[in-house]
Amino acid sequence: MMTLKVNGHDHQVDADPDTPLLYVLRDDIKLNAAKFGCGLGQCGACTVIVDGKAVLSCVTPLVLLEGKQVTTLEGLGTIGAPAPIQRAFMEEQAAQCGYCIAGMMMRAQALLQRNSKPTDEQIRAELEPHLCRCGTHMRILRAVHRAARLMDTADAASTGRSAP
Amino acid sequence: MNAPVILDRRRVLAGGGALIFSFSLTSAFAQDQAPGAAPAPKPPGSLATTPYLDSWIRIDADGGITVFTGKAELGQGLKTALQQIAAEELDVAFETLKLVTADTRLTANEGYTAGSNSMKDSGAAIQNAAAQVRELLVAEAARRLGQPAEGLRTENGAVISANGKRLTYGDLVAADMLHVQAQPKSKLKDSATFKVMGQSIPRVDIPAKVTGGAAYVQDMRLPGMVHARIVRPPSYGAQLTECDTAAIEKLPGVIKIVRDGNFLAVVAEKEFQSIKAMNALSAAAKWKETASLPKQDDLLKVLTSLRSQDFTIFEHSNPAVTGQKTIEATYTRPYQSHGSIGPSCAVAHFTDGAMTVWTHTQGVFPDRQGIAEMLRMPPASVRLIHVEGSGCYGHNGADDAAADAALIALALPGRPVRVQWMREQEHGWEPYGPAMVTKLKASLDGNGKIADWNFEVFSNTHSMRPGGAGSMLAAQHMAQPFAVPEPKPLPLPDGGGDRNAIPFYNFPNARVVHHFIPEMPLRISAMRALGAYHNVFSIESFMDELAALAGADPVEFRLKHLDDQRGRDVIEKAAQGFGWKAGQTPPLDRGYGFAFARYKNHAAYCAIASEVEVNRETGRPRLVRAVAAVDSGQVINPDGLINQIEGAIVQSMSWTLYESVTFDATRITSIDWQTYPILRFNAVPDSIEVHIINRPGQPFLGSGETGQGPAAASIANAIANVTGKRLRDLPLTRKRIKDAIDA
Ligand code: FES
Ligand code: FES
Repeated sequence: MMTLKVNGHDHQVDADPDTPLLYVLRDDIKLNAAKFGCGLGQCGACTVIVDGKAVLSCVTPLVLLEGKQVTTLEGLGTIGAPAPIQRAFMEEQAAQCGYCIAGMMMRAQALLQRNSKPTDEQIRAELEPHLCRCGTHMRILRAVHRAARLMDTADAASTGRSAP
Repeated sequence: MNAPVILDRRRVLAGGGALIFSFSLTSAFAQDQAPGAAPAPKPPGSLATTPYLDSWIRIDADGGITVFTGKAELGQGLKTALQQIAAEELDVAFETLKLVTADTRLTANEGYTAGSNSMKDSGAAIQNAAAQVRELLVAEAARRLGQPAEGLRTENGAVISANGKRLTYGDLVAADMLHVQAQPKSKLKDSATFKVMGQSIPRVDIPAKVTGGAAYVQDMRLPGMVHARIVRPPSYGAQLTECDTAAIEKLPGVIKIVRDGNFLAVVAEKEFQSIKAMNALSAAAKWKETASLPKQDDLLKVLTSLRSQDFTIFEHSNPAVTGQKTIEATYTRPYQSHGSIGPSCAVAHFTDGAMTVWTHTQGVFPDRQGIAEMLRMPPASVRLIHVEGSGCYGHNGADDAAADAALIALALPGRPVRVQWMREQEHGWEPYGPAMVTKLKASLDGNGKIADWNFEVFSNTHSMRPGGAGSMLAAQHMAQPFAVPEPKPLPLPDGGGDRNAIPFYNFPNARVVHHFIPEMPLRISAMRALGAYHNVFSIESFMDELAALAGADPVEFRLKHLDDQRGRDVIEKAAQGFGWKAGQTPPLDRGYGFAFARYKNHAAYCAIASEVEVNRETGRPRLVRAVAAVDSGQVINPDGLINQIEGAIVQSMSWTLYESVTFDATRITSIDWQTYPILRFNAVPDSIEVHIINRPGQPFLGSGETGQGPAAASIANAIANVTGKRLRDLPLTRKRIKDAIDA
């Protein structure tokens, strides 16, 4: 048994320490957003945020996560109350099948948390580990730019409210 | 339009209710078919095969409306588009509709969701069914109010009379009222009055996808569900010689090992336990392999020396026109992967003698037939329900995963079984897009126009979809295996290897031969656009070679050979949007390219202009920008259409610049994203612009595949433009470009 902090809640997890975080999130905690794409660290579909950094959950064993804060796409917002990055992806209609999108959003979120005004080049460089087979790239880029603008206004509107 | 029919309906409705009405319709059809007369016209789209209106639209007494389609959402925005069509013709609010997609128990059998046919098949069926349902409701309101139907209008789910009386659809509907066969013609709305169709309504599936909702079959969690993994053979035809499973059965969480001939799988309580057990099982399994694969680096020779059935599919001659200057060229395409980001997945549950499978297959009905045959169960005891998966772009591992899940579930009655493939399995076992060769030869007359045109295409079939059990890996690997069905060439006008092989341009002399190759050294099937990807790449590259020979501008040269006005319109639109000018000089190290096709020669029109940069030192190409123009008939959702075309250009760019399946004499060696590299963000264009030419009131032409061929050729032409060298072998890799520059 180990305690894993996910989206602000403690979860008692009964899994082998070598279990990749991805399976704990999906199988034990029943979250959907982090996706199995390759299990090899090659595609980014499984990306979540750990202590503010984008992490490939398919190659991160549970044992390394003691005492850390894990955030998944579910932890950012909901359909009814979407986070800026979620709103941005909806407004740009930045998905085709959408299977890659949760991972993309988490890395973009991590980027925007440390750099609220990234350049187009910085966004492209940041998203380099991520694959999208549907060719939604143009919209993904637009959505990240839009998220940056939305977060900017949200911050201005409610100073002091930090991103999750 | 169809006034007599409406009179009929009114009379019947007034006379005794809907049930009798359906009989009267049947006899009316029978009377139409006097001996020797032409067959009665059929209603449009899939209504022709599934004619009852309530197969498509049902209205509850509380006014709730459900729309049914036999097609599936593949990430192409199908649900939203169909819901728009239904809302428009029914005159109800978009959000109030419920939509049920492909399910063998609930929906019409519309075959596969493929070929850009969904709007033509299901869109047309739903549009016409909705219009006829609305007419029936208006007729019923007219009867109840004792007013002529002409004075009534519909709005927001109700029929409203001139004096403001309002009867909701729920009030009006009665048992079996919609259980009537569709008429051949419907009173469709005038496209000028559309309120929902033609609008960029946000996709209904996106909110869940960007908030972590359960959106995919991969996200299903049924009570008591267990996880299975397959151990596939290491290569085609490998035989399992031994496998000591004793130690693996004792691994934590392991419930069962399923072995049936060369089919090997393990089931565990938790997902990662099943993966660990799969790895152990894989290490324990010993296989006998045979070297059966052809030479990967000489596909030209391989394909042109395999036995073929040859069909002359087009011949046109005008002896008055003869050529003066002749050129020839050969183009090749390697095997390419669908490469879905999410490996294939399915959930199956066998209980009380019935099998239910949740799958991201493109065809629940054909897949059910295959699975029922494999399990030796009556099809009626097998139900397939479509649930979205990762984008598939054709026939990937979806059907195989469904068969895997079903075979394992049969061995574990009562427990839902979830199977997901590993990355290496998806890359190694999916049926690839077939390798192809095209040989072209053409001559110019004295005026620089094409006088004769010869086109030969060498290809396997482009569909090995189920149908029968033998199309699915599990059934092929069982101890009593099902044979792979005989491949067949797909019939024209759609075609398979010969899709878009017939030129859409006007050439005085033209001949097209399809060399259909039955033998399939690699497992292949349908991949987005089928043969059209390579045929359009070849035709449109060769058009540029001929334009150069004629000293003509590529856009002008195309227009000179094209009468079709809608084709000319997209060419002109793309050229204009791009800023194309004859004799233009691109910036240093950049080239411009242009290409055009009408998909299948009878579906959507698409022209693409592109600007490509080539690094002369490394040969690295980059698509800088692309401008597309597309005419897909009446537009349902402009943003959805743009999304499809943007995606097609980006995906086709990836196929065209980077992708080929690799293999040695025995095994597939491109088994992950390292060994099968695809586009990454560093190669994403600066911009893609899509111009839509809307054709209000015209038939839906579909859009999913129209961009693949033109994008490839447009990029190839731009590379030729900047390097001065023509590359004819796909993919146009950095190395090939560099070698051509240095040659
Ligand atoms: S699933 Fe983790 S990187 Fe692909
Ligand atoms: S949207 Fe389908 S893989 Fe990216």
